[in-house]
Amino acid sequence: MESVECIVVGGGLAGLSAAYGLAEAGMEVMVLERGDYSGAKNVTGGRLYVKPIRGFYPELWDEAPFERPVARELVTMMADGAHTTIEIASDRFTAGKPQSYTIVRAKLDRWLAEKVTEKGAMVVPNMKVDELLRKDGRVIGIRAGDDEIGANVVIVAEGVLRLLSSAAGLAGEPRAKHHALGYKEIIELPAGVIEDRWRLNPGEGAAQFFMGECTRGMMGGGFLYTNKDSISLGMVVGMEAMRSRRDGTESWRLLDEFKELPQIRPLVAGGTVAEYSAHTVPEGGVSQVPRLAGDGYLVAGDTAGLSLNALVTVRGMDFAIASGYFAAEAVKKAKAAGDSSAAGLAGYEASLRDSFVLKDLETAREIPNFMENPRLFTHYPKAVSQLLESIYTIDERPQAGLVKKAWKGARRDFLNVATVKDAWSMRKI
Amino acid sequence: MPMKIDAKLGLDVFKLDKEPHIVIDTEICKTVCTDEACVYVCPADLYEKDDQGRMTVNWEGCLECGTCLICCDPRALTWKYPSGPFGVQYRMS
Repeated sequence: MESVECIVVGGGLAGLSAAYGLAEAGMEVMVLERGDYSGAKNVTGGRLYVKPIRGFYPELWDEAPFERPVARELVTMMADGAHTTIEIASDRFTAGKPQSYTIVRAKLDRWLAEKVTEKGAMVVPNMKVDELLRKDGRVIGIRAGDDEIGANVVIVAEGVLRLLSSAAGLAGEPRAKHHALGYKEIIELPAGVIEDRWRLNPGEGAAQFFMGECTRGMMGGGFLYTNKDSISLGMVVGMEAMRSRRDGTESWRLLDEFKELPQIRPLVAGGTVAEYSAHTVPEGGVSQVPRLAGDGYLVAGDTAGLSLNALVTVRGMDFAIASGYFAAEAVKKAKAAGDSSAAGLAGYEASLRDSFVLKDLETAREIPNFMENPRLFTHYPKAVSQLLESIYTIDERPQAGLVKKAWKGARRDFLNVATVKDAWSMRKI
Repeated sequence: MPMKIDAKLGLDVFKLDKEPHIVIDTEICKTVCTDEACVYVCPADLYEKDDQGRMTVNWEGCLECGTCLICCDPRALTWKYPSGPFGVQYRMS
């Protein structure tokens, strides 16, 4: 069996980040990517929080092909026939080095694969790995079709579905309860139109979330990100919520309905749909993170369940890049020590625990449970919108005072047994 | 008028495999399945029943998200990624 020092399964952000670090250290590394190019099988909402990862490979991020730095954050809460949007803009989101950018994976991953190649790693496209080879409990390489390749260490960054790692018994199969479906349209619009519609300075971007009736009460919401000359408009819906519905609403129809809402239509008017994509999103949080390393292998990125949906901030790609970085560090150490057993690779988990990756996931441990509460996606967005609507409504009747109006709505929608219970459960998050 | 789902899929680049990467054990569908989750969770609307009432999947238009696999409790699906150079190739997602 032909053999290399390290095989990386999957040329996405986690795998490429690991390969970059290894190649930089002069190690022999081969990245196997099943798409025509890196990014061909990937989908993001999406936005990358760059700030957490600037310290890893700092030379990369200033020249990365990002779309727009996010200067404006919007959350829209929807009720029947009404909606309320909260807008958060801050100079500090974009001052100096912006904290986050909208991105397109087909561009970003492809570029990163080139950088990895320049460092001396081999990135092989169109190469689907069929099996992780094991011997005496140790991962010793991979099989792709009839070819077998051995490696001292295999970094498994195969993505969220864990087809290989679950077949090899390294991680559990993904469960509906812990995953969501994300799907979107790429809608082309001229840069100037995007900047006018979201009132952006040239080159700057916006991210918008939609909560409420667009998911018909299912866990999830709508999203919209402005790219250079397109927008990503889509939805994320919890799989368990979707599956346990019995009214037969098709997922794809929800997006069509969303797009037809009166608050969305003008945002996408005149745009041309250019691509339609879908992907599974891990949402189980830290409790669903599998064993991160064992004899001869590490798992990184979505395969390791490293993602965090905190309702209005959605992270995963920063964790993927960080996990790739720490994986490379651990593999380098293992090589120096001549020990690529679970013990030799244990530094990987320690580094992740020491870093924002597992710290932030740990802090958010209760969020996935909290998000199972359907009131979050029905009652509250609607109640907020209706409360504000009542304050802004004037008709022929004598009006109650402002505070009275507000108090009446607040008492009805926010002070009852269910909401007090919800508030109590929030203490953990 | 919203764009038809077929028209949306028509925008994507697909390289067709020679063999299906999703195979349905229709016996399981018939005997175990109660909710036909695949039909409504699939974002590409690929699952439908044929004249004989057997579940089918138009795998050629698969976006490879894996939602059907995760949501199929009776485990009626043998689901792999398309081999080698095949399947959907996203350009701008």
